[in-house]
Amino acid sequence: MAKLNIDRGTRAFTRKSKRYSIFSIAKNAASYHQKWQQAWRHAEPKSTYDAVIIGGGGHGLATAYYLANIHGITNIAVIEKGWLGGGNTGRNTTIIRSNYMWDESAAIYEHALKLWEGLSQDLNFNVMFSQRGVLTISHSEHELKGMSRRVHAIRLNGIDSDILSPSEIKKLVPTINIDPNIRYPVMGGFIQKRAGTARHDAVAWGYARAADELGVDIIQNCEVTGLRRNGNQITGIQTTKGFVKTSKVGCVVAGHSSIIADMANIRLPITSRPLQAIVSEPIKPILDTVIMSNAVHMYISQSDKGEMVLGAGVDKYNSYAQTGSWTIPEHMVAAAIDLFPFLSQLRMLRQWGGIVDTCPDASPIISKTDVKGLYFNCGWGTGGFKATPGSGHVFADLIANDRPNPIALPFGLKRFETGYLIDEHGAAGVAH
Amino acid sequence: MLKIKCPFCGVRDESEFSCGGEAHIARPTTDLKLTDKIFSEYLFMKYNPKGVFLERWCHTSGCRRWFNLARDTVSHEIIEIYPMGVFPKTVKGKKAYQANWRRKSKYEAVSKPAKRTKK
Repeated sequence: MAKLNIDRGTRAFTRKSKRYSIFSIAKNAASYHQKWQQAWRHAEPKSTYDAVIIGGGGHGLATAYYLANIHGITNIAVIEKGWLGGGNTGRNTTIIRSNYMWDESAAIYEHALKLWEGLSQDLNFNVMFSQRGVLTISHSEHELKGMSRRVHAIRLNGIDSDILSPSEIKKLVPTINIDPNIRYPVMGGFIQKRAGTARHDAVAWGYARAADELGVDIIQNCEVTGLRRNGNQITGIQTTKGFVKTSKVGCVVAGHSSIIADMANIRLPITSRPLQAIVSEPIKPILDTVIMSNAVHMYISQSDKGEMVLGAGVDKYNSYAQTGSWTIPEHMVAAAIDLFPFLSQLRMLRQWGGIVDTCPDASPIISKTDVKGLYFNCGWGTGGFKATPGSGHVFADLIANDRPNPIALPFGLKRFETGYLIDEHGAAGVAH
Repeated sequence: MLKIKCPFCGVRDESEFSCGGEAHIARPTTDLKLTDKIFSEYLFMKYNPKGVFLERWCHTSGCRRWFNLARDTVSHEIIEIYPMGVFPKTVKGKKAYQANWRRKSKYEAVSKPAKRTKK
């Protein structure tokens, strides 16, 4: 597994006056919280930038932040057609883990997890990263055997991962039924204790504020309508707020990647599908671990507000409508009740969908393209949130140095020509 | 939830069907002469439009037969349902067929187009 020393950057928040701290809270309490500074400026596009990031979600904002903080490229803009974190960043089930089987995936997700572990300090913003553990349950002898193979592969890469017996699971999750005579008996499971959840909106806001502090222009409500190139070199982008000149464009637009790729006449192996989630009414704390099950196909956790957060697999057809079919939530709730029958008493409050960019091998694309100066970071599919810091970190490196680092290298578009796919469909620890 | 009119069974709920993805992908007949890059366009690259999309569906829990469907990927409106092996007839369907980048791809140029069958 490729490992890099993690450079967290040194340039952000050098001005103490801008930092959030216990003293700033006390000071602002004295003025009835009327004088908090703006978290980031409402920038209008300048005519020229050194680099432009398309997409103001977690990955795009993280890319801008690391470009500015580590590589010192501060004359950059993040262009977002809606509002910050209004796409998949604000629509996921906030699960973070790095227990992937293949070396290439383990490297990038572990890189991300290491960054998560210091992210609140780095950004001077509480992203509420909670290492509550992610427990994947097995319901059959064979699943358990497959699981132990995965656990050993993960441990060989130095990533924490443990097999748990039913009684250990019961101790960790008292609400679970481990009776061997139920429809989906709990035969065992595996846990990554360093895994957990984070507050998704805070991740977008934290990166936006830190990037803005370093001089990055964050431009919302501005849609990219075209790419301009001179021969094979990107020269700028056309937006609803006018033309912006730049020689480097990083495209981090998840479900809309194919739309931008079409503008540059590039082919991507991406299909856009809705991925849905639901939350229940808030209840008292009953679940302090994230539970996943491949056999019944769902994942569940409890938010800090007390809502039960449920997610499952993608819808079966291509769509750009951020909703999805009713069959999926129906299946999701049925699966949740199979695992936790008491959930049948709960009312569900909200349901939503995000448009995810699924890739044939269920692994992301972090790549240069045939067009010079145009870079793509997409294909995260159903599991992009957990990678946010790592994805931004390696993508910023790719844009700044025009070459992928060892972690990003296997995720190039070339793999679809060479056949070196990173097939995470069955290996990822949860079905896609 | 889509309501899909199976050409053989009539209107049924979406949950009875499975989606087979993009329609009218022609397989290159001269595989060995193509470069890896061009063959990967056939094998992995996708047409993923925001708008009208031509796709294959199968009535899995019914007659188990395949058919083609033209659907808007934003409004989910079903524009046309037509048999396998033929091309769309509606204006929107025809336009969607032509808009697909595969029509200009090098591999499709060496593929035999799907034969029109009489219905």
